[in-house]
Amino acid sequence: MPVPKTRVMSDRHVLLLKLLIHGLCLFFLLRVYYLGFSDQLGGDPVKAIIHFTGIGALNLLLLTLAVTPLSRWSHQGRLVRVRRLLGLYCFTYAAAHLVNFLTFDLQFNWPLIAEELTERPYIVVGLCAFIILLLLAITSIPPLVRALGRRWKLLHSWIYIAVLLVCLHFTWSVKADITEPMIYLAITLVLLATRGRQLRRPFSWPG
Amino acid sequence: MLLKSKQSYDLTEAAVTDEAVFYNRRRLLQQMGFLGAGSLLASSASAGLLDFFSSGDKPAGPQFQQAPLTSIRSPYSTAETMTAESKATGHNNFYEFGLGKDDPKANAQGFKVNPWQLTVSGAVNKPLQLDYDALFAPELEERIYRLRCVEAWSMVIPWVGYPLATLLRQAEPTSAARYVAFQTLHDPAQMPGQGNRFLGGGIRYPYIEGLRLDEAMHPLTFLAVGVYGKTLPPQNGAPVRLVVPWKYGFKSIKSIVGIKLVEREPATTWNISAPNEYGFYANVNPQVDHPRWSQASERRITRGGLGSDERIPTQMFNGYGEAVADLYAGMNLRKYF
Repeated sequence: MPVPKTRVMSDRHVLLLKLLIHGLCLFFLLRVYYLGFSDQLGGDPVKAIIHFTGIGALNLLLLTLAVTPLSRWSHQGRLVRVRRLLGLYCFTYAAAHLVNFLTFDLQFNWPLIAEELTERPYIVVGLCAFIILLLLAITSIPPLVRALGRRWKLLHSWIYIAVLLVCLHFTWSVKADITEPMIYLAITLVLLATRGRQLRRPFSWPG
Repeated sequence: MLLKSKQSYDLTEAAVTDEAVFYNRRRLLQQMGFLGAGSLLASSASAGLLDFFSSGDKPAGPQFQQAPLTSIRSPYSTAETMTAESKATGHNNFYEFGLGKDDPKANAQGFKVNPWQLTVSGAVNKPLQLDYDALFAPELEERIYRLRCVEAWSMVIPWVGYPLATLLRQAEPTSAARYVAFQTLHDPAQMPGQGNRFLGGGIRYPYIEGLRLDEAMHPLTFLAVGVYGKTLPPQNGAPVRLVVPWKYGFKSIKSIVGIKLVEREPATTWNISAPNEYGFYANVNPQVDHPRWSQASERRITRGGLGSDERIPTQMFNGYGEAVADLYAGMNLRKYF
């Protein structure tokens, strides 16, 4: 009798997984806006939607980072094909988080926005992380991936800096108890530890 | 003999609107108009994705019962648009019942307020012990105050109660009394945040607040036993709380069991937790920013969903400067923030 082999993910499985990611990410994002605009997000829908999209972006960022080690451990090479999609949804949630803050909280009060973006350390840190995510999102377009060649990999290793900045942004933004941000930081460090080899030779210019 | 014939425009005693109804007419209209919308507000989806670490689902237990209160109108009330009752009673900072803004409402419905004991002690000639009914003994008035949270949001809330000075005068402070310290009930069995730092944010319990005696005796300083024409719900500080409208909301301590007149400035909870962020005075001041955010403006929560709040400039002493600025004459409010 032949030894049963581990089932390998087919292209169809990847497609189904991608559809599931699209469905879940869009459902939760659209749902929170529906609840917000119809006043079903508690006493302060502004705070609620800013928090939801922020924590959602961090969850998606950690999922994105989990894809590579997961595919290695499970010997499912095709799994990495969902990484780009998760990363782009992370960027989408992060963009929504920033837009919510500017639109509903600061309400395009430009002097206030300028002050908050320059003088508040946790907001500066968050903005830096967002700029990195923005660059990564733009350069994930296939022609740009090809054009950048080996430099693409270097640029995209900035995701490690982004996730640490996001953890700092989260920790700095809470009023008293930092348990939840610390749990996120611990998960982040575990995910970074799986990349020991890459991080030991960090950001060396590929020659 | 004076004969008085009844005219068509004469009103009988029966036609006089009950005082309670008269003073509550605006609210009655609101309730009639908004009952339909209000009943749709039941669900709340503001939960974070890590909420399974905390209390979980809302208890299915009975709702806390509020009793109606009659009160007279106060000239100290603002005419600004009031915050919807569902918002003021559904969006609360009361870490004793959890860190999330909707946690207090979810976790406090079983809170026992009767029997209650409030003591007024320390540097007084006549220490007081007030039971639950005694809390409602003074003449009640309704004061519609602005409430400015240190987190840069604000509400307009109709409190029912009486000036703190009413109570303090009964106790007769001695010449040694210079400050007043307030303490919240300490009962971890009822207040889960006090026994669990994951739920209670790791601040020191019981919650302590304080005022200078002249601040405490100021006619605007209010002891609230009700809100929106009813006794306080637990999430808003039942059965008795402080309201100091020209200071950030965290000064307005909830569910008070002790008021003590003392000689020295008491150590207060948030000041102990982060002295560079929360001062003893905590007067609303648009010129002195919180280290992590601007205090120059605030988001006014009234009613409605996303996009219905307005960001308005924050006023010095939350707009009560005319009445209270004298208390701080000659003080550097940047230093004594």
